[in-house]
Order: sequence, then structure tokens, then C-alpha cells
Amino acid sequence: MEHLLPTSTDTSDTHWRVNTATHGWNRIDWAELWSYRELLYFLMWKEVKVRYKQTALGVTWAILQPVMTMVVFSVFFGRLAGLGHTTGGIPYPVYVYAGLLPWTFFSGAVNNATNSLVGNSNLITKVYFPRTMIPLATIIAGLVDLAMSTGVFLLLMLYYRVPISWHVIVVPVLLVGTILAASGVGLLFAALTVAYRDFRYVVPFTIQIWMFATPVIYPSSIVPKAWRGILALNPMTGILDGFRWAFLNGRIDWTEIAIAFGVALVLFWIGVGYFRSVERRFADII
Amino acid sequence: MGQPVIRVENVSKSYRVSEVGTAKYRTVQESMWDMVKRPLRSLSHRRSDGADRETFWALRQVDFEIEQGDVTGLIGVNGAGKSTLLKILSHITQPTTGRAAIRGRVASLLEVGTGFHAELTGRENILLNGAILGMKRHETLRKFDQIVDFAGVERFVDTPVKRYSSGMYLRLAFAVAAHLDPEVLLVDEVLAVGDIAFQRKCLGRMREVSQEGRTVLLVSHNLVSIEALCKQCLLLDAGRLVQHGEVTEITREYRKRIQGDPTSGAVVLGAERTKAGQRRVITSLTLLDETGDVTRCFPLGGEFRAVIGLDLPPEADIAEIVLRIEDQNSQRLMTFKNPLVGDLLQLSEGHQKVECRVPQMPLTHGEYHIGLAVFLNKDCIDSVDQVVTFTITNNDVFGNARGGLRGICFARSEWRHVDDEWGVSDPAAEKE
Repeated sequence: MEHLLPTSTDTSDTHWRVNTATHGWNRIDWAELWSYRELLYFLMWKEVKVRYKQTALGVTWAILQPVMTMVVFSVFFGRLAGLGHTTGGIPYPVYVYAGLLPWTFFSGAVNNATNSLVGNSNLITKVYFPRTMIPLATIIAGLVDLAMSTGVFLLLMLYYRVPISWHVIVVPVLLVGTILAASGVGLLFAALTVAYRDFRYVVPFTIQIWMFATPVIYPSSIVPKAWRGILALNPMTGILDGFRWAFLNGRIDWTEIAIAFGVALVLFWIGVGYFRSVERRFADII
Repeated sequence: MGQPVIRVENVSKSYRVSEVGTAKYRTVQESMWDMVKRPLRSLSHRRSDGADRETFWALRQVDFEIEQGDVTGLIGVNGAGKSTLLKILSHITQPTTGRAAIRGRVASLLEVGTGFHAELTGRENILLNGAILGMKRHETLRKFDQIVDFAGVERFVDTPVKRYSSGMYLRLAFAVAAHLDPEVLLVDEVLAVGDIAFQRKCLGRMREVSQEGRTVLLVSHNLVSIEALCKQCLLLDAGRLVQHGEVTEITREYRKRIQGDPTSGAVVLGAERTKAGQRRVITSLTLLDETGDVTRCFPLGGEFRAVIGLDLPPEADIAEIVLRIEDQNSQRLMTFKNPLVGDLLQLSEGHQKVECRVPQMPLTHGEYHIGLAVFLNKDCIDSVDQVVTFTITNNDVFGNARGGLRGICFARSEWRHVDDEWGVSDPAAEKE
């Protein structure tokens, strides 16, 4: 233990960590986040470990959820509502699943992030670490589920004999956009939930409506021209179209993608900014 | 040494008192209207220190410095601001005004087992909890066996902690915390958990930690452990730092404050404790020191006198009066009875006072409870627990200033050289 104790000569270069009242929007402290990277890893790891503990089917749930949704959507929207003919020759189940991949990740991320702070209130009131870690860990932990459902998607493509496009290499980039948007919205809602528990009820509802404003069950091409601009402001529109293009080929609107990334960045900035400005009060009000 | 590592400058912390809690009479309509108003108000008045809100000051202008290697106690009644101060020092919350600074690697332990997850196994929880408390992964892994060993859970490392007994759970939680390796350690009342054996173990570990030259700030209600571990002490009262100095001085002051005036060494036992139709036999208890002053504080090895007020029923001349001394865990340490020693005490019907005098109380420093009971023909006719709590303070009982006593009791001992009269000797010494 001796070696860890600074001798009287070297204490001068150890820094004082000062705690004093701060105001306004704090910028994200990347250096601090980096120094806590192991904790982020452990929080993520805990999320993944705990998520399906004491469930009979375990991680199968990560696959079942999007698969079941895909089946239901294919029956109701693909067959009954007749959206099956609008996908440009791609089998509707494949088409809808390609959209469900990023959407399930996004909605799960926002949902889990929203509840993450309140669910970890004991950590917040008893230990210090950058609070952003808690929602970020739950969001990133969702990637494990995404990876598994992507595996299922590849099998589905194989089954329907849909050839995979080489565009698939841009998926990681699109994923970054999804994480940015999800983090922005998730951090914002998480911070709001600490002060106003109302948001626990607002968020699932918002997500539901958001899904219909996103081309998950329908292709964005069937939306009237006049509304496309508005639809594009939803970053998930560009992301979903991007995902479909990456896996299934077809048309791509680069402006739409650019707008999506722009909006995702703005959302991220707002979410982080608001979060950082209120996180100092979390321990007092949670 | 001698360099400050914790510096608290003029720190104050205020909390908003919930308005809901203060209003006594409210209608549903008012509540509904308030629900509409409140979010709007707090959105618009976020940063204004609104006069319309009641504020509660948990800390007021606290100012002190702790030097490297000091083990400092932090005491005060509940709500004095101890935990708030630790939370500010640990960066969990911000001070409203002022600044708190710490130099070096800090670990704060405000709770044992923070972040433990019931579904995870012991092994997983050690890693997770280590990370939460600020240990690096390789450090945790290096100390893994020590931690498991300290907690005594070898067989259950791969069992989810929800299957653990509460004792095992606590031991594991403390074990992780006990193997932290910080330069500055902030601890809040961690010693108050678990059974007696576990508390001893924690105390022992805390003693080791404090002897390794770390700077420790320790909150505890247990003044005896504060006295055992700390050299310095801070006393908080209603958010203010009242005193900062040498530990025994501060604990004496604190005892005086919580025990009120020393005459509270005299207790009148009211009629309210007796069941209807039953006679209240024990009426009062007064503790006196050798000078005859009423007190609750005795120097180690000093004279102890207890004057017991009685109201005895008829034919009670053979009554047995029992004075029990218990430790803080209600474990009986000693019993004094009137028929045990000397001449039989002459008792009679009605009110009277008897004195039990212990010329040299053989207890070491600590806090003890007194219980009283009266027996008549083996039947208990009255009994009261924890009538008074008294303190034995450290004192150079043998008058030679050669260090303190450990353990719960002491006795005089005589030491001398002896010849090897019995032929028992050390074979190693014989070889020479």
C-alpha cells in the first residue's frame, strides 16, 4: 500500500478536486468519461447480464421480440392493409424486419435510458461517477440484442433468397447515427424523469407515436411529396431508409441521410446539454 | 505529513422543503391546481432563490482542513449534516455556496454493497462493486481471493447473492469496500451493520486502514469506536461545525450535549410503566461518583454508586434487588445483588432508598446500560431495562501513564520474575 501514498514531496503535483456550485450548461467532460471507462464497461456488462436473468427463454427474448413483431406486422400491415405491394419487390417480412432492426434498438434504448436513472437511484445518492454513464450504458448494452436480431435477419434474407448488398459496410456508420439520436432523446428523458416521474408514462406513448411517424411498416416512398420534408426531420426516417438501402439495395436519398445525421447531432447536443445542466441536482431530488 | 488533503471552505448546503409536506389542509382541487402550477413555477423560477420556498440549511458555513494521515471522526446527532458533508466531499452533490476540495485518490463508502445486484453472483458483484467504488479491474482481480477470504464465502462465489443469507451479503459487501486502496477514505456509519462479530471485524479492518497512514474521515454514532480509531474529531450541530479538535475532548463535549445536564444521571421512573393493579416497586435511580455528585460519566477504575429508590410491598424485608450492567448490544456484563455480599440489607415496607456502591468499577471505557429488578421469593415483582446509560471514560487507572486498556474489563495484576521451581522450562532455552 505504501507505494500508493504520495510522499510529502510529490503531493504538490497531485491535483485538488474541487466541488463547488456550478451553473448553466456544462460541457461533457470527455477526459473524466475516459477515466471511468471501466465502470461504463461494467455497467453495460451488468445490463446485459441482468436483462434476461431468471427468464426461462433467456436471450432468446432478444430474438423473439423483433421476430414476433415482424410476423404481426407482416400479417396485419403486409397482408391485410396491403402494404406488401409497396416495397419494390422485396418480401414484406424482410422489408419490415430491416426497419425493425434499428427501430427496436432505438425505442428500447430510449425506453431503458429513461428509466435507468430512477432505477439506479441508490447509485446516484451513494457514489460519484459521471451520471451520463448510467443511461449510456443501457443504450450501448442494447447493441448486444441488436447483434442477435441482425443474425436472425441474415437467416431471414437467406430464407427469402434476398441477396445482400455490399452497401452493408455503411451499417456501422448508420448505427452511430442511431446511437447519437437515441442518446440525445434518452438522456433528455432520463434527466426529466428524475424531476418529473410523469415522463415514465409520457415516453412509451411518445415512442409509439414516433413509430408511426417513422417508415417502419411502410416505405417512405408512399408518403406524399409535400410531407416528405417534415418526415425527414425525424432522424429515424433517414436511418431506416439507410438501413434498408445498406442491406437490401434500392434507392437512397443522401440529403435525407444528411438531415438525419444533422438532427441526430442536434438531439444529442440538446440531450447531453440538458442532462449535464441538471445532473448536479440528481442526488438531491431523485 | 502535515499537508492538508481535505479543505472545506465556507460550505453551505440548502435543500428545498417540499411544500406538500408543510401544508396541512388541502383539498383535491388545491392539489390538482398545485400540480398544474408547480411544474410551471419550477420551470420558470429554476435558478431564482425564491423567497416563496422554504429552504432548509443542512450545512452552514462549514470550514475546516484535514491533514494527510489524520484519522478524523465526524459526530453529531441525526440531521446534523454529517452525511451531507460526506456527500459534498464525495462530489455526489454540490454545495450551495463555498467549496470543498480533496487531493489524491478518494474512495467514499456511504453504504456497503452499493450497486450490488441480487441476480448476479458473488464473483460478478465483487467485480461490479469494485468498479463502482473506483477500483481498477486488475486491482479487483488481484485482490479477489483476499476479498472472498475476508468475507468467508468461498463456496458461494458463483451463487447469485439473492440466495445469500443477509450476513453473508453484508460480509461480502464490506469485504469489497475493505480492500479499497485510496489515499483518502470517507466512511459513513458502515460499522453499524451486521452482528457483533462482524462489527468487530469491520472495526479491526478500519483500525488497520487507519494505521496505514491514509487520511480517513469517519462518521459514526458509536463514540467508543470513534475514540478507538480517531485522533481528531469534528462535531456538527444543526449544520454548523461546533468544534474541531482532539477526539476525547470533542466526544466529552458531545456526550454532555446529548445527555443534557449531568443530573440526568438521576432518573425518576414514572407510574406509566406499571400495569394496572401492579405495584411500582422501583421508583428512581441516581448515579453518583465518589464525591457524591450526580453524574453519568465515570472515570475508568473510579467509584460507582447507584442509589435506588424503592417502594416495597408488605413483608418485603427479604427482597432481592438486582442491578444489571449491559453493553450496547444488550449483552449482560455484570450483575450486582444485595444478598450476595456482606450483611443482609434490612428492608421494610414502603418508600426507601438503598445504595449499591462499587469501589472500583472494573469496566473499560465505553457506554453501558443499567437495568434494575426486584425479586421477592424468586418472583420478579418489578423490572426495568435500560434505566440509565452511563459512560466510562479513559483514565490512567494504575497511575503510571503506561498506555490504555483493551477489552471490556480490567483488573489489577502483579508481575515478577520467578525461579523455575516446577521444572517447566522452554527446551529451546535449555539447549543454549
